[in-house]
Order: sequence, then C-alpha cells, then structure tokens
Amino acid sequence: MLPRRRTVREWLHLYLVLAGARVRADWQYRTSFVLFTITQFAITFLDFLLIVVLFNRVSRLAGWSLAEVAFLYGLSGVAFFVADVFVSQVERVSVYVRSGRFDSLLVRPLGPLFQLATDDFALRRAGKLVQACLVLGVAIAALDIEWTLLRVAVVAMAIVAGTVIFSAVWIGGVALTFWAVEAQEVVNSFTYGGNYATQYPLGVFAAWVRHMLTFVVPAAFVSYYPALYVLGRDDTLGLPQSVRFLSPVAALASAMVARWLWSAGIRHYRSTGS
Amino acid sequence: MRLWWEVARRSFRRHSTYRAATYAGVFTNTVFGFIKAYVLIAVFASRGGAPVDGMDVTDAVTFAWMGQAFYVMVMLTYLDLAELIRNGDVVAELYRPRDLQAWWLAADVGRLGYQVLVRSAVPTVVGAVFFHLRFPSSPGVWIAFAVSFVMAQLVCFAHRFIVSLTTFWLLDYRATQQAAAVVVAFFSGMLVPVTLFPDWLQAVARFTPYPSMMQTPVEVLLGRHAGWADSAAALGSQLLWVVVLFAAGRIVLAAATRKVVVQGG
Repeated sequence: MLPRRRTVREWLHLYLVLAGARVRADWQYRTSFVLFTITQFAITFLDFLLIVVLFNRVSRLAGWSLAEVAFLYGLSGVAFFVADVFVSQVERVSVYVRSGRFDSLLVRPLGPLFQLATDDFALRRAGKLVQACLVLGVAIAALDIEWTLLRVAVVAMAIVAGTVIFSAVWIGGVALTFWAVEAQEVVNSFTYGGNYATQYPLGVFAAWVRHMLTFVVPAAFVSYYPALYVLGRDDTLGLPQSVRFLSPVAALASAMVARWLWSAGIRHYRSTGS
Repeated sequence: MRLWWEVARRSFRRHSTYRAATYAGVFTNTVFGFIKAYVLIAVFASRGGAPVDGMDVTDAVTFAWMGQAFYVMVMLTYLDLAELIRNGDVVAELYRPRDLQAWWLAADVGRLGYQVLVRSAVPTVVGAVFFHLRFPSSPGVWIAFAVSFVMAQLVCFAHRFIVSLTTFWLLDYRATQQAAAVVVAFFSGMLVPVTLFPDWLQAVARFTPYPSMMQTPVEVLLGRHAGWADSAAALGSQLLWVVVLFAAGRIVLAAATRKVVVQGG
C-alpha cells in the first residue's frame, strides 16, 4: 500500500517533532550548547572583522566601499546561514553511508533528505545567522539607498533565491559523495568557498573565477548581481542589465540540478558491508 | 624512543590509507588558496601597489598560499583524545604505563608527516604555477624556516592538547574546538597576514602564541627576519611558547586526573 500524500500541515508537524527531539537532546549538554551558540555568533564577527582589517589598509576594494562590501557580506551571509541551519546537515550523509546507517533511512516511510535534515538539526548554528542579519542591517543603515518597491523586492528575492542556491549547492554537492564517499571535503569548496567568495565584489577575482561563480556555482546571484541593482553600480563582467534580476532563475536552475543529482545519487547507492 | 617512533610510524600509515579524503582536502585547500590570493591582490591593487610595512603583493600572495600549506597543521584544534574523554574511554589511556602527552605528540607527528607532505605540496605547487610567489635563495633562510616550521608544529600540538583536555570539564569538545579554531585562524595569520592588522591589533596578536603557528615561520621564509639576531629572536619567541604550552598542558592534565570523574563509571 502506498502511503497517502501528507499535507503541508502534517509535514510541518513532523518537522517540528523530529527537529525538536534533536534540540532537546542537544540541550542536555547545556554549557556546550550555550557556548557553541555564542561561539558561532562570535566566529562570524571575526570573519567580518577580517574585512574591516583589510579596509584599514585601503579605502575602497576593487572600487567598493566598506559599507558596500558589508552589504554583500550580509546578503550572502543571511542566505548561507539559513541554508546552514536547515540544510547543511545533509553533509553527514557520508557518515551514514560509511557506517551503514543510510540503509535504515531508506526503509523508513519518509524521504532520506527530510530525515537527514531533521536528524542532525542543530539550532546552535543559528548564532551565525544572527550575526549576518546584524551586519546586513548595519550596512543598510550606513548606506544611503533610495528605497523603492523594486529595490526592496530585489533584496527579499536575493535572500530567498540565495538560500535556495546555497541549499542546492549543498545537496547537489553532497549527492556526489554517493560516488566517492570520502570526497566529502570537496563539497566545502563550493559551499563555504561560495559563501567566502561572494562576500567580496566579483571584480576582485580573475575572469575565470567570475565565470565559475556565475555559470557553474551561481553564488554570484546571491549577493553580487542583486547588489549591483540595489546600489546602482556598474558590472565589471559586462553582462546585460537583466542579469541583476535573474537570481530566481539561477535558484530554480540550481534546485533542478540538485534534485537530479540527489536522485541519481540515491539510485547509484549500494549498501556497504557484506 | 623506539616506542614513540613506532607510534608515529603507525599513525603515518593509518592516515595514508585515506587517499580519497586527502585528495578532497587538497582540492578544497587549493580552491580557498585562489580566493585568498585574489582578495589580497585586490587589496594591493587598490593601494596602487604600495607595500604595507615592507610587505608587497608578492609577499602577500606567498602568504596566502603558505596559509593553505600550513592549513592541516594549524587548523586542527583538537586531538582524537577529546572524543576518548567525552565517551569515557580515556580511562584506559590513563592506565597505560607511558606519558600521555608524549604518546599523542608522536601520533600527531605521524599524522602530519603524511598530511603535510601531500596537502602542503599541492597547493604550494599550484600557487607557484598560477601566481608569482617569493621563495628564499639562501640556504640559511631555508634552514631557519625548517626549524621554525618544526616549532610551529610543536606549538600547534601543545595548543591542541590543552583544548582537548577541556573536555574533562565541559564533557563536550565541539564548542571549545570551534572557538579555538576561530581564534587560531584569525591570530595565526591564516586568513590575513598579521602584518596587515592595524598596529594595536598587531600588538595584541604578538602577545599570544598564535603567530608562532604560522605568521612567524612564513615571515622567516620571506626573509623578514634576515640576519642572526633577528632570526634568533623570531625562533626564540616560538621556543618560549613551546615551553610554556607544553608545561601548561602537563599542569592541566595533572589537574584533570586529580579531580575528574570519568564518564560512564
């Protein structure tokens, strides 16, 4: 018998029950939980301090001011850390595969992706998200942006599309580890690397890196292209103006590729052991 | 001595079996090397090429790629020992008739022997192919760098050892390990050379053991401590931290074994 389709409400309930169980379990190590959340918050401040340190030696980086780079940093950070809280747990798939626990995910009446996302849900990672929101807020306050409805929409769109793009990169990248289970760390260069690179204006990089970040791992659509529109700046790549509004298209395309990779990965999966 | 040699040798072999994981790590190290190098190049380009405190763009890019070469050594901020403390198996470790710190040092040296060999070589070569890097021509500088590198490894180990021991009190090591990783990454010069810090922050950094992990050896390599007196001062500061951190590790270990209740008893 096929299980009947669940409603959104039921999915939400399931999510809260499963993720909630994980949060309660983590809360047993209270000192560690609190310390971890605070460290995550502080970590990202040092991360941002790095950019401030660089600006102590230059007034503009590739033509961008500190507030403008902070805006890029905030956009990229918010999108990345939402994905980090809700999706990054899928990274642990290689641990499941190696220990043979992945089989038990497959026999349960829920998609393995859903189980992975709830099983290792870590609320403590939200500390980083708070920091990114703060930087974005301060950057917006410091910048003299003339807000129009379209500008607000582009910012909102960038965050939503950015979250989808980073989640897709995570899932698509992790799916590759079904073929090479030890190669997990390669995924980091696209996820953490994508986030790191998009904190800076694209003009910092050589042409081949800019093309990579636009056409292969479309992280530039998370912060750089939307920011060009919001801040009213010229593009160094010389792409048409419409690219600034293409974040949702990039998000959709990456989600489709990720979905395809993930199901191909699951099909390819063969259990370990004898 | 024989014992430590065997421990190191087996640790080397154990880690050399994870080939694919090592290649994956090399790949990622290299990708980050490119990003860091381009950011630093942009910084110097935005200054019109003006050096900062004697550091020019070639020095900075060399710094970025050396950071990737040092990555495995510097950025691992805990030992497997931490997991043994968390799950209680450390009790067997404490029973064994040998020095705990020396045992883990030997294992650490074995691990790094392999990882530094592979994971440092590739980013360095890729960096040298794609960018203009600066390497010393005088053999004296290479010798000073080799000594400085070994001391950096010892400082990193002694620091890892202390971070791992905090598990005795916190019963979990992820938070401390994360916190340590951030502080290390920032103050060791891993992310941005300490030379580019504002003066006051540089002064703060120089009072901590962290520059000894990477900033100092790379400065030695770049010939920023040329001459006997300067080299001796740089290596001397590292040696000081080796002594202080090893002693601190032993004190913490003694305190832990005296007061601690092993989990699971």
